[in-house]
Amino acid sequence: MVEKGLAGEDALLVAPTGGGKTLAGFLPSLIELSQRRKVAGDLTSVHTLYISPLKALAVDVERNLLTPVREMGLNITIESRTGDTNQAKRARQRLAPPDILLTTPEQLALFCAWEGSREYFKDLRCVVIDEIHAIHGSKRGDLLSLGLARLRAFAPKMRSVGLSATVNDPAAIRGWLSDKGDDIVFGQSGAPPELDVLLSENRVPWAGHTAQHAMQEVYDTIKTAQTALVFVNTRWQAEYAFQELWRLNDDNLPIALHHGSLSAEQRRKVEAMMTQGRLKAVVCTSTLDLGIDWGSVDLVIQLAAPKGSSRLVQRIGRANHRLDEPSRAVLVPASRFEMLECQAAVEAVMEAAHDGEPIRNGAKDVLAQHVMGVACSEPFDLEELYDEVRTAAPYRDLTWEDWEQVVDFVSTGGYALKSYDKYRRIVRGRDGLWKARTKEIIARHRMNVGAIVAAQTLTVRMKGRRGTGRKVGEAEETLFEQMTIGDSFVFAGEVWRFEGVEGNNAIVSPTSDDDPMVPSWGGSRIPISSHLAHRVRRLMADRDTWRRLPVDVQEWLNAQDEHSGIPQMDDLLIETFQRGKRHFMIVYPFEGVLAHTTLAMLLTRRLDRAGVGPIGFVANDFSLCIWSMRSMADLDFDALFEQDMLGDDLESWLDESFMMKKSFKECAQIAGLIERRMPGHEKTGRQVTFSADLIYDTLRRHDPDHLLLRCAREDAARGLLDVARLGELLSRIQGRIRVYNLPKVSPFAVPMLMEIGKERAPGTSAADMMLEDAALIDEAMS
Amino acid sequence: MQISVAGEPCVLRAAGTLWLPQHQTLVVSDLHFEKGSAYAARGQLLPPYDTRETLNRLMAELVAVQPRCLVFLGDSLHDMGAISRIPVAERETIMGLARDFDLVWISGNHDPDGGAAFGGRSADEVRLGQLVLRHEPLTGEAIGEVCGHLHPCAVVRGPAGSVRRRCFIGDGSRLIMPSFGAYTGGLNVHDRAYGGLFQQAPTAYLTGERVVRVPYHRLSPDRSRPIRRSA
Repeated sequence: MVEKGLAGEDALLVAPTGGGKTLAGFLPSLIELSQRRKVAGDLTSVHTLYISPLKALAVDVERNLLTPVREMGLNITIESRTGDTNQAKRARQRLAPPDILLTTPEQLALFCAWEGSREYFKDLRCVVIDEIHAIHGSKRGDLLSLGLARLRAFAPKMRSVGLSATVNDPAAIRGWLSDKGDDIVFGQSGAPPELDVLLSENRVPWAGHTAQHAMQEVYDTIKTAQTALVFVNTRWQAEYAFQELWRLNDDNLPIALHHGSLSAEQRRKVEAMMTQGRLKAVVCTSTLDLGIDWGSVDLVIQLAAPKGSSRLVQRIGRANHRLDEPSRAVLVPASRFEMLECQAAVEAVMEAAHDGEPIRNGAKDVLAQHVMGVACSEPFDLEELYDEVRTAAPYRDLTWEDWEQVVDFVSTGGYALKSYDKYRRIVRGRDGLWKARTKEIIARHRMNVGAIVAAQTLTVRMKGRRGTGRKVGEAEETLFEQMTIGDSFVFAGEVWRFEGVEGNNAIVSPTSDDDPMVPSWGGSRIPISSHLAHRVRRLMADRDTWRRLPVDVQEWLNAQDEHSGIPQMDDLLIETFQRGKRHFMIVYPFEGVLAHTTLAMLLTRRLDRAGVGPIGFVANDFSLCIWSMRSMADLDFDALFEQDMLGDDLESWLDESFMMKKSFKECAQIAGLIERRMPGHEKTGRQVTFSADLIYDTLRRHDPDHLLLRCAREDAARGLLDVARLGELLSRIQGRIRVYNLPKVSPFAVPMLMEIGKERAPGTSAADMMLEDAALIDEAMS
Repeated sequence: MQISVAGEPCVLRAAGTLWLPQHQTLVVSDLHFEKGSAYAARGQLLPPYDTRETLNRLMAELVAVQPRCLVFLGDSLHDMGAISRIPVAERETIMGLARDFDLVWISGNHDPDGGAAFGGRSADEVRLGQLVLRHEPLTGEAIGEVCGHLHPCAVVRGPAGSVRRRCFIGDGSRLIMPSFGAYTGGLNVHDRAYGGLFQQAPTAYLTGERVVRVPYHRLSPDRSRPIRRSA
């Protein structure tokens, strides 16, 4: 690593957590800096820039670097700069740059929009990007990549270093980082992890995501560890598991909760207690996937579906930061299909097989933001900047035509109706260079930098004696739409009574209800990875592997085989049957909840046209179910699943859907068409503003090919609909659809019908539902 | 949907216009022509189609009800500069309206002269039978007042989520019209600005595919925006 660094080569360093990779990334810089002769009064430039996706990590690395530097008596200045850094310090950093500056991608984007940034970074020698795997495949990654291209143009001698504990596809990330050289440094890998699937004494549930059946065993496993991290997939699962563990916590073990809705103070408190080794376990979401290393964690528990092998490896890596001891992890499946998923995930991790991510092209809304930023810092030449942008990997294939469109968007809004010539944001001067037209435009841009668009949230506050009291956390507005005043619910690990909403605050008061609701929210619906889904199909298709599964799961698979069929590697299993007055169609593609939801939407439209009268649908990671008034047994399934559904059907549905509006709003904010609402600076009264939805509706009617509409369609297709994956499925299964018209519900269909039962259950008691579930299982298995 | 204001029959249309059959008059409020270009001039390049979009919707209403007289209830132009920014095609459309209909431009706070420069006449208020049409509501009780200005918007919450729509709101004595302009946002009817305007709990008539009547007690405040609470 040091060799490469001193030779000025770019490098990607992949090493398990605890391998000292952060220090290794900085070592060449420290050596160079300690050997330099510092000329008095020479304050011009930063030597090494460190970029991390987390603010907290930048601050933590600052601390961790300062210690050895001080101990070695080196004359090297190290400072961090994040959104939290105060104005005075920022101003000073600009006049007197530290040797090593630790920061975030958003700050880099701001640097790029500085006047004089070229001068500031001209002697930059090294950029270190930490947790590179967590950022490269996103819009934040696109923005960072453009920033790096800019730095490389400022300082041609600069080398780039990527750091990562786990990498899906090292070659791809290596290519993202830089286009010269091709070396990847793999750190010494640690002992292979000890990985088990928890086999509960209780039967594996048919459906659900809570793993409640195994909670006692999870608790007992926690007891055997020094410190355990209990990972779940959504915030409500975290709240639920936390409640359940405390219900069982006769030993009063210090068990804490950590997720993105808790107040920052509360999260910092949990993290501090963790560092001091004062906690036995933390129930957490992806908020702890990354971040500060804790030496004392020796057990990771994954509660419910792991979703992907790379994600699982990352989480397992959070345990045991000593290379000579294996990490210990336990997977806890919450249902039968998840049992298959967990088994497949364990095998994937043991074979060190990663998910592999689809290649993405850089987003144009992000590029628009970058172009505006560049224009704020200095006049640019259109062709030179085009060449520079294409040195950023996500924009390598950007065509000149697209480039001109993006620049036209930045300048005039890019509308078919050319009426904004005199309001151009950037203008071409007599010298042929483009620059921002006014100072106001520059100031406006600086307020809107970044590629993270936050959801609308409410602050959850306790009711105070006068007005509002202590802040408990933050949560999406939608959470409180499910509630009425007086409801008791679980949040931040405690039970609250909902008192209503006042302005931006959801007001709550403590209560001691024994049966509070655990609201279902905070589920960014992550689909099972293609790779893992493929393994699940393989596991099912290969009967020899069934013996590795628990007996009740084997029984279930055998009954499915007997009553219906088992999905094979490359076919598509479809079942139809009637139950009560309703007709059901169950499809088993195993392509993840997003692709399934999209497929269900499109099928429903087609079924509607075919006069079948579809009533509703549900979808999960493994299958989807549509129910209707009339039988679907005699449909032409080859025609129904024809690939052309991704053409006009998709287009016409998408344009009307809320997902497009959501995507459009995000693109419009990133591209600078709609301004972000700064916390605390919201306008009062809506009559003075307009909404993104109104803009969307008008633009769609008058300028359907506008750049931002195209951006929004691409984003929706990729992020919310998983259209690419659906396309692969439809082409894979052509001519391979296997339909069983069954006399009754099959064992595989039971989980779907249970999900429907839960959705239409208001008014029915818990006992009724259990009886209904029991009847369903009996029918399927007999 | 037909209701009565101060005894006069009023037809509330789903598009957010008011049809007064006895006077053969169509009323539209708060069109805010050229709001998009007003933002563009300040550096935020909103799509320049709002005037065209608003006019298209207005034309559809005119075709549907065939009025004799068309009343703009104020704030027809987003600002004083809108007259000079309005594109030629849209300008011609409006001048065409002045030829086909008896146009009345009631002055608003954004546009003291209305759009009388395009044709038709301007007025501070118009009396039609028991009704008085003006832009901004007077304080306190005003029998028969039809006004705009506030851009009323109503939120209805249900188990499946919430709906936010532009709406008419009235108590049989006064009627406040929704804004009609393509880019005009709305102000929740729970806002303090509506305080004192109704003598009894008003009813909201939500616009959209069709008009939906919702009593006041079933309407919710906005949630994520600060609401200035009435004391």
